[in-house]
Amino acid sequence: MATLPIDAESIIAKYGPSLHLPEREGISGKDEPDKVVETHCCFCGMQCGIKLLAKNNKVVGFEPWMEFPFNEGRLCPKGVLRYMQNNHHDRLASPLQSKPGVGFEPVSWDQAMDTTLSEIKRIQSKYGHDAFAMLSGVSLTNEKSYLVGKFARLALKTKNLDYNGRLCMVSAGAGNKKAFGLDRTSNNYTDLEKAEVIIVTGANVSETFPTLTHWIWKARDNGAKLIVVDPRVIPLARTADIHLDIRPGTDSALFGAILNYMVQHDMLDHDFIDNYTSGFEEAKEAVKDYSLEWAEEITGANKEKIEAAAKLWGKASTSFLLHARGIEHHTKGVENVLSCINIVLASGRIGRPYCGYGTITGQGNGQGGREHGHKCDQLPGNRDIENPEHRKYISQVWGIDEKDLPGKGLSAYEIIEAIHRGEIKGLISICFNPLVSLPNSNYVREALEKLEFFVGIDFFLSETLRHANIVLPGSLHEEEEGTVTTAEGRVVRIRKAVDPPKDARPDTDILKELAHRLGAGDKFSFEDSEAIFNELRVASKGGTADYYGITYEKIEKNMGVFWPCPDLDHPGTPRLWEDKKFRTPDGKAHFNAVQYHISKDPVDEEYPVILTTGRVVSQYLSGTQTRRIGKLVQQFAQPLLEIHPTLAAQYGIRQNEEVMVTTKRGEAIFPANIVETIREDTVFIPYHWPGKKSANILTSGHLDPISKIPEFKVSACKLSPTGKLVVVDKNSEAYKSS
Amino acid sequence: MQRCIGCRACEAACAECETNGHESMIHVNYVDRAQTIQTTVQVCMHCEDPVCANVCPADAITKDEFGIVHTANTSRCIGCSNCVMACPFGVPKKMEEYDLMMKCNMCYDRTSVGKKPMCATVCPSGALFFGTREQIEKMRPNSSPVNKFIFGHETVNTKVNLMMPKGSTELKVF
Repeated sequence: MATLPIDAESIIAKYGPSLHLPEREGISGKDEPDKVVETHCCFCGMQCGIKLLAKNNKVVGFEPWMEFPFNEGRLCPKGVLRYMQNNHHDRLASPLQSKPGVGFEPVSWDQAMDTTLSEIKRIQSKYGHDAFAMLSGVSLTNEKSYLVGKFARLALKTKNLDYNGRLCMVSAGAGNKKAFGLDRTSNNYTDLEKAEVIIVTGANVSETFPTLTHWIWKARDNGAKLIVVDPRVIPLARTADIHLDIRPGTDSALFGAILNYMVQHDMLDHDFIDNYTSGFEEAKEAVKDYSLEWAEEITGANKEKIEAAAKLWGKASTSFLLHARGIEHHTKGVENVLSCINIVLASGRIGRPYCGYGTITGQGNGQGGREHGHKCDQLPGNRDIENPEHRKYISQVWGIDEKDLPGKGLSAYEIIEAIHRGEIKGLISICFNPLVSLPNSNYVREALEKLEFFVGIDFFLSETLRHANIVLPGSLHEEEEGTVTTAEGRVVRIRKAVDPPKDARPDTDILKELAHRLGAGDKFSFEDSEAIFNELRVASKGGTADYYGITYEKIEKNMGVFWPCPDLDHPGTPRLWEDKKFRTPDGKAHFNAVQYHISKDPVDEEYPVILTTGRVVSQYLSGTQTRRIGKLVQQFAQPLLEIHPTLAAQYGIRQNEEVMVTTKRGEAIFPANIVETIREDTVFIPYHWPGKKSANILTSGHLDPISKIPEFKVSACKLSPTGKLVVVDKNSEAYKSS
Repeated sequence: MQRCIGCRACEAACAECETNGHESMIHVNYVDRAQTIQTTVQVCMHCEDPVCANVCPADAITKDEFGIVHTANTSRCIGCSNCVMACPFGVPKKMEEYDLMMKCNMCYDRTSVGKKPMCATVCPSGALFFGTREQIEKMRPNSSPVNKFIFGHETVNTKVNLMMPKGSTELKVF
């Protein structure tokens, strides 16, 4: 039973989150570092270049890396303070075993490995190989992602491997594969510079990808018009030329109406549509009744504004459309993505300078991580695990019989459901905190508690790992060599600055030893990270995400290489589709017929308010790292309920009053922040916090049927003020409302 | 101010300097969070004729040959707060813990060796920029740098510029 060994408070007292704050006199050694290491931030998909300063095997500070072309020294507060995750009091320093009534006790590596192995063997011999699942994460490098994929299939012999990218950009990936036959943003961000019109939809760029803001302003300095689609006045929307404040979950209605407007007013690139695409007639037919009036009724955005946006988009000669989780976290996430791609294809503005489209991948290695095989349905090179030819190629690279390669497994939330049903009995996790990041967290907790055995590899004891029977202390981003692939599709080098402290080990070594003990050691005899990358290159060769021509040396020389890069002389591909040869079976870009559907948890009389979730600038995902960095926590210490004054007045809710928010899944209490910068029918809660402060207690496990992404962005809720006013932390500027 | 996204990367980066005791010398504030997400960022404007230095009874604040108005000399500052009250931009802060006025010195340790100040280096949106007026005028054709501020009958010229709509030459504050 993977239950907490003792009460959570006692675990927190020892393993945190506790706050790492700098000493007033600074961290010693910063002025005379032993090493200055050019690497990247460990957080979002921008993967900003940064120099880490190391002294005596500790990271003691940072210096902007001015030469790295994407960010030229620019950073967000998370990037500035990322070094504070190192040398942290909460850091796991030895393997731990959970003892009921006692807590977590340090054990030797041998003991931890022995217990893990005997439990894996016991569970798999009793219930079958697939009864032991693996959950992984895309903060891991390409090398580790590849290794996890190979480990689960060859050493653990389970089909049930999935990853936290399932909560990130899988809807975009699925949509891009349908439309283009390949899953990568079509352009690098320098193509924003002279785009005449930019649409940013469902992407709170300034808080979630702050350094991308620079490139949007660069375009605006050149005269670009900016259209932002978001239910809130996010920082980017405040100054946008047009802000469409649509009702959460109505994205495909908006883009369907824009497509229809383009058709009605012949704002189409007929040559491109006729020669390089298919499916236009069906896509057109699907939206033929989507008038501006209808769109206004469905989306709640003003029809004149929708028309103005459609005109700007329709008439532009260059443009860039960017989207992120705001349109993707839906049961129709893939449809929303396709509705955006339809208006891009109708305009013909792709595959040319300053004509771009793409999802903004969220996690540090969200792009590379999803290409190389820790996704339940994929093999390296973005290959399909159910495609016989793909299976044959990878089996050959791995030196196995194809029939020994497991098939398609369950996705992340489905693994939790299978645990809850009692079908999966054992779990190994690395770099994933589902108790905070998955929806319906009460249900997730119940599932974890049903596991017969749970082993986790991580550097901090996350909320999820408190349930583990065995904890194996792994490595931070700055403790191993490797590569990641940025949101632009640029493969960059992650450099090791320090060794893992005390008894912690590199993640790679842990997986290699587990594989060895599971009897698959011969498939995991990699000397170092570069050896793993070199096998990944071969495994990706011929796939859509082809890395064969990328080497460590080439990345370092060029400050990154864009895939696809099929041979050693190839310079890489910053901009896709210049040859108009798409990677679909017929070589054409595909329009898809998209009709608007309502969300799975619509508002009703009992739950009349729309709840949507998202992030704040100072926190990252489930907060395992950022809730331990003192100044980031001070910046925004707890989640607030953003609510419009009209809606607040309806319930008699006062500023800073605690409000109980209830959905069909559960209830949680948040202080109200009454602001005019949100729709009157919608409330917003950021999701980085656990337990009673968890927005994901409220969200639902309804999944997109294709991408299996949960519908985080729309839940029906009800509100009740508690009458209790909270005193806000005076250090937290984020709450101040004069 | 148009570009400030309120992320506070500037504050975090400024506070990295140990000469400030990990306090930020640049300040980001909401204008009125209830109505707008707009934030403003305030840093020392490095006045040509710095009022803070003029009113300092201990001569603790000095302007150097590069036009940088330096933070109070620790051995001279008597913590009287004259500068805090006199500055038209509200920049100097009396740090009660140290009984000392502290303010931005344009990252003297960085700018004196050819680097940019920390705040303007990390700012992800271009709300802060370090360079010449000519450079920024070329980069931002839709706006003009302004460094003349009129407070009632008093005109203050500064080293730091504020970007205003194209053609603006001064900012009047009533």
